[in-house]
Amino acid sequence: MGASARPRLGVFKFASCDGCQLTLLDCEDDLLAVAERVEIADFREASSAVLEGPFDLALVEGSITTPAELARIAEIRAQSKTLVTIGACATAGGIQALRNFGDVREFARVVYARPEFIQTLATSTPIRDHVPVDFELRGCPIDKGQLLEVISAFLGGRAPNVPTESVCIECKRRGHVCVVVAHGTPCLGPVTQSGCGAICPGFHRGCYGCFGPQDTPNTGALVPKLSELGMDPSAVMRVFRTFNALAPAFRAAGDAAEKESSP
Amino acid sequence: MSGRSSGPGPGPSAASSVERPALGSRHVLERTEFPSLLRSLRTAGYRTVGPTIRDGAIVYGEIRQESDLPIGWTDRQEAGRYRLEQRADAALFGYNVGPHSWKKYLFPSRERLFTAVRDGRSFVVQPEPVDPTPLAFLGVRACELAALGVSDRVFGKAGDPSYAERRTRTLRIAVQCGQAGATCFCVSMKTGPAVTGGHDLSLTEVLHEGRHYFLVEVGSESGARILDGVPLRPATEDEFRSAVASVGRAAASMGRTMDTNGLRDLLVLNPENPRWEIVARRCLSCTNCTMACPTCFCQTTEEVPDLSAEKSERWRRWDSCFNSGFTAVHGTSVRSTTQSRYRQWLTHKLGTWYDQFGESGCVGCGRCITWCPVGIDLTEEVAAVRTAPGDAPGGRVAP
Ligand code: SF4
Ligand code: SF4
Ligand code: SF4
Ligand code: SF4
Repeated sequence: MGASARPRLGVFKFASCDGCQLTLLDCEDDLLAVAERVEIADFREASSAVLEGPFDLALVEGSITTPAELARIAEIRAQSKTLVTIGACATAGGIQALRNFGDVREFARVVYARPEFIQTLATSTPIRDHVPVDFELRGCPIDKGQLLEVISAFLGGRAPNVPTESVCIECKRRGHVCVVVAHGTPCLGPVTQSGCGAICPGFHRGCYGCFGPQDTPNTGALVPKLSELGMDPSAVMRVFRTFNALAPAFRAAGDAAEKESSP
Repeated sequence: MSGRSSGPGPGPSAASSVERPALGSRHVLERTEFPSLLRSLRTAGYRTVGPTIRDGAIVYGEIRQESDLPIGWTDRQEAGRYRLEQRADAALFGYNVGPHSWKKYLFPSRERLFTAVRDGRSFVVQPEPVDPTPLAFLGVRACELAALGVSDRVFGKAGDPSYAERRTRTLRIAVQCGQAGATCFCVSMKTGPAVTGGHDLSLTEVLHEGRHYFLVEVGSESGARILDGVPLRPATEDEFRSAVASVGRAAASMGRTMDTNGLRDLLVLNPENPRWEIVARRCLSCTNCTMACPTCFCQTTEEVPDLSAEKSERWRRWDSCFNSGFTAVHGTSVRSTTQSRYRQWLTHKLGTWYDQFGESGCVGCGRCITWCPVGIDLTEEVAAVRTAPGDAPGGRVAP
């Protein structure tokens, strides 16, 4: 069956919750189609059979939080022709990047009985801070349609069609009623990248920014609106410091709000 | 154009035993008889869509019975703000326009255009069928009729087949506004609030001195056909005057105005006006204005191949001049700044639309003002461009 002619796929996990890898398993019927087109060489969520590299396509989930991970990502990069990071952890440090705003040793002392056994870095950082990345697929978790598009683009040798526009455009295409305008609910949709299908506004909730900043994120114009809708500077700071706290535009907005909340 | 289908004497439709209301004729439908109109639409095979309350707004959706209508509700609108409020009366159409427009039915936000299936070394194109059910739009405002006219010309010029197919099966039942919203400015754009054309039927809801009825005006043969079996009687002079007065109140209560004098040249000749930079500081480049606008028609097409590479679907979806990808050429956006995008939007809508289609692209419905999350108001921006020290006095091109 010429199995060796198929491109080899590796799926790798760093500091993360596994949700993005599970998105691949969640592809169900499409996963079988994927399995027909690629040789799954390493995907521990799906199979215990682990083959050696090199890999034609590496999907990398999770952020870098330990010295061991630093070494491992360099090795995976060296073994992979194309490396795609998936999810907010891999692309922006994830929720665990909140440690970057505090003191990790302090946390370790509070949480662990023997903190001296804990080997961890002071920060959680995205993969691209350490190795070159060919494509970043955003989301917390990623969207399965977008993941299939990335794989299909890789197989077809073309650029993935993953728009970097706002959540608002998806919200309107779906015919949702805007929660900011009609309910006075704060929403990060105008500064956040699409991809989720505007799920939260469809359930009367404001967008939480899971896909990180859109390509033209005017957070400076949105923050006064968030304040007008009742968020004080510390609430504004917290809303920008979630899964994508290290994404530059969200980081800047969170830092500015922090400055304002503690002058 | 003679469209009379009935009247005294023999005619092409004399076989019908029912005397059909003549074009332009005016009748009264009592409020209590309103369900008969919905029944008649159903009998004629139409799927009726119109105003209904969902998620705190009056949107367009399926109307199966009169209780689907926003009876006794109105909307209060401002720049960046929309709230439903209970009315003191039980009007069926006592609101202005909401976040949806009829374009979603004629130009769906996401639509598969065709599927290409591999066939040996070639491929076969499978066309996408258009849902053949005729649609009746119930409650089309004057500004919306104008917007549908604008869209007909845009898609007509482009020769868009699916739009044309849907359009021919659409019946338009207009409702003349009895009040204007705070972001309405149809009077400035000369598109309303009176219905003057483009309708199959036009209704004016009158609640006056304890009475509640509709003045019904016939706009087309298809409209007249729907009235078969609907209990009507000729309108009296008084009833007609009450309806006219109601539209007059709407005209007198416009929430916004726009000075359209020389507007095309003002915008076209002011590309460096300092106002563009000022509005760009507030603008989120979020696309809400263009999504809500009933005449914005920008779209993108994409190929969606399946993993087996055996077939590929061609989809189109609403796009916006506020997206950087909209003008991306070889991966680089021609309009990389929000300033250039806002300017493009306003200049096209109110200016270069004339060059392209011989009219303004704006009908004054106010949706872009209400549904902008930060309340950017194009009437205010136009006024500011007028008074700002522009590229040159009066908007001449600087030498
Ligand atoms: S609800 Fe949020 S995402 Fe949707 S249009 Fe409003 S601001 Fe944008
Ligand atoms: S713009 Fe005019 S026609 Fe349109 S809803 Fe407002 S008052 Fe009615
Ligand atoms: S530009 Fe604004 S006011 Fe004009 S038609 Fe579009 S949404 Fe309505
Ligand atoms: S004008 Fe308002 S609705 Fe339009 S893109 Fe700017 S912020 Fe969004």
